[in-house]
Amino acid sequence: MSQPELTGAQALIKSLEMQRVEVMFGLPGGAILPVYDPIIDSSIRHILVRHEQGAGHMAEGYAHVTGRPGVAMVTSGPGATNIVTPLADAYMDSIPLVVVTGQVATTSIGTDAFQESDITGITMGVTKHNWLVTDAADIPRVVAEAFHVATTGRPGPVLIDLPKDVANATMEWYWPEPSDLDLPGYHPVTEGDPILVRRAAELLLAAGRPVIYAGGGILKARASDALLELAERTGIPVVTTLMARGSVPDSHPLCLGMPGMHGNYTAVTAMQRSDLLVALGSRFDDRVTGKVDTFAPGAKIIHVDIDPAEHHKVRRADVAIAGDCRLVIEELLSALDALGLPASGRSGPGGDGGATADSRSTGASRASGATPMDALPGSVAVPGSLAATFPRERLDSWRAQLAEWQERFPLGYTGQAGEGGLKPQYVLETLRDATPDDTIVASGVGQHQMFASQWWRFEHPYTWVNSGGLGTMGFGVPAAIGAKVGRPDRMVWAIDGDGCFQMTAQELVTASSERIPVKIAILNNAYLGMVRQWQEMFYEERYSEVYLSPDLPDYVGWAESMGCVGLRVTTPEEVGPAIDKANAVDDRPVVIDFRTDAGEKVYPMVAAGASNDDIVVDPALGQGGR
Amino acid sequence: MSPYGVDQRHHILSVLVENKAGVLARVAGLFARRGYNIFSLAVAPSGDDRMSRITIVVDVESAPLEQIVRQLDKLIPVVQITELDPAESRERELLLATVAVGPEERGQVIQLVGVFEGKIVDVGADRLTVMVAGAPGKLDDCEDLVRPYGFVELQRTGRVALPRLDRQTHSHVRTHQTEKAG
Repeated sequence: MSQPELTGAQALIKSLEMQRVEVMFGLPGGAILPVYDPIIDSSIRHILVRHEQGAGHMAEGYAHVTGRPGVAMVTSGPGATNIVTPLADAYMDSIPLVVVTGQVATTSIGTDAFQESDITGITMGVTKHNWLVTDAADIPRVVAEAFHVATTGRPGPVLIDLPKDVANATMEWYWPEPSDLDLPGYHPVTEGDPILVRRAAELLLAAGRPVIYAGGGILKARASDALLELAERTGIPVVTTLMARGSVPDSHPLCLGMPGMHGNYTAVTAMQRSDLLVALGSRFDDRVTGKVDTFAPGAKIIHVDIDPAEHHKVRRADVAIAGDCRLVIEELLSALDALGLPASGRSGPGGDGGATADSRSTGASRASGATPMDALPGSVAVPGSLAATFPRERLDSWRAQLAEWQERFPLGYTGQAGEGGLKPQYVLETLRDATPDDTIVASGVGQHQMFASQWWRFEHPYTWVNSGGLGTMGFGVPAAIGAKVGRPDRMVWAIDGDGCFQMTAQELVTASSERIPVKIAILNNAYLGMVRQWQEMFYEERYSEVYLSPDLPDYVGWAESMGCVGLRVTTPEEVGPAIDKANAVDDRPVVIDFRTDAGEKVYPMVAAGASNDDIVVDPALGQGGR
Repeated sequence: MSPYGVDQRHHILSVLVENKAGVLARVAGLFARRGYNIFSLAVAPSGDDRMSRITIVVDVESAPLEQIVRQLDKLIPVVQITELDPAESRERELLLATVAVGPEERGQVIQLVGVFEGKIVDVGADRLTVMVAGAPGKLDDCEDLVRPYGFVELQRTGRVALPRLDRQTHSHVRTHQTEKAG
């Protein structure tokens, strides 16, 4: 029996259905027109965005929270170039994305035709791979290859460029078997080399001041549970990078929180003083290492990464293991078993690690209300085994040191409001305490992002959606919308800056018309705040092109014009009630314009290019910033 | 020392790639993007018509060779990368040059080129086009000796290379092979 004849356009949509795509984000145009016709009859929900960049970031937000590839479709030329930023963003943060672009007919390619752009050429450096389809018969195979490449190995964005005549041509439908994929050069490694894993296990047992340096790869590999087990069995504390927030609960006694340029003192200094860094799915980003030459000078390095090109790229590893973080951690746990390390004293992850919600404090306070390190359960090693020389008590003095730093150098701020308005940290603490534990938080890029990462308490994986590597302003609103589409059961808040909000706010029209009830907290300090902070600190307060005005635009009026509920908050007393009001709305988006103090800077801070040893804590705390 | 000679700063990568549109652009783009320097590059179909062979001589002072190889390996159409140690491989290159020589000196150039087992491929009234194939160092020598007569144009292909064979039949060829792990 012969297969039905389909047009290339029909084959593309059917292929996406075969990949179990439930939702896609996009905006039609001339070259992609043929593919928009079969969407009418498809099971796939298409969300019509107002700008193609929004489609890309929504697909990213969706992928962040679901672990499934985000799908976006746009037209040729400007449609395609508008989605380059999300591709670059997803490439930096290893987000699986499949983007379909229309293209001018194959007969017109290279003639500077209307809305022609060489999008496969343009995106070569910001995609894991891309395809220009020249034969309709290739469509199912290319779609299958694209999803395979996007989601396996180190995840990443891919792009399929589909010329209009190929979309209109007919083909005999088929769906490829895995063996039909034509990828002779693509074989990602997943399991770690057992010899290297054993060597890593031995280093773990020999260390006196070890730190687990958990990165976004933990979340991509769905390795949170495995990581928690590793930390608990060995008693080794964990820092969670910007991309790994939530991979270990912030309330867990072994969680030290975020390291890096705006990391907390303990997380930064623990890495600096460690004698063993266990890098799991992290890539020694310059925002984490500070000046590389002086980064963790006494530390041996175990580096687990599914992308072998990350090994030795920034810092030479003593043991470099290529593989999937979850599989390698599981192998590592088996190796520790074999070396005689006893099972953890606790029954399972999360057993008694969580501090209660009311241990949180507000106002001038410590950020993560973590349980003291000495609350860890003990365990007994098998006598005579290698691990017998590693009772976890051996790390007691190390953990005591860390606890002392936590005590001496907490995150802090003074008062609920300053001369210039609300303290952003106060707004965030109030919001955090007024929302469910599993609320998904998206952010843009800048001060508000750092404040959010510092002051939110992430208790679950996949609750933090942000642009880490590329640092894309405007990411927050569309990413929150995509996240809400992926997890409609969860409350989703975007924490945004006024500068970021103005870049992509029009997508709230999309959210209103599609009934996607996201909530946006604008920390409106009327400035490009992070740039202002740098100009204050490093350019002698010469403020150049950073002032934005608090009320132009009128954020409440703008929100309402886009079909959202708009609220404005200027005093500390209004903060809680406004949040409660926003939380009660579930049929449309809500925007709260929080007027915050432009003078508030993000601390601690390691200046760009400086050593992590020169971390500066908030001078206002009177802790004598180092 | 001539830039074409065997040099510690240079490594030869023999890269098997899928024979598809745009693959060379992906390889060249990667080098440009990551700041790696290409010293010479030769591309041609391999024995298998689904594959092409790219021979790249890289300047390893621009980045550690290990990084270059691993980044290259990430490109989806790159199937296999073989790193050839210049001391352990056979390299060949082709030189094509038009020399400005009239009838009086023609004989001298023909003789010189003959020493290098080259050929005369074209003769004009006051020009001569010669071809020499061989090890890059030999081509350097030939180039130096012919230069005084005056080059009108000179082209070299960039080198291609294969691992040196062992004299014993049983032992295997010593090349470091970076094959994609499966």
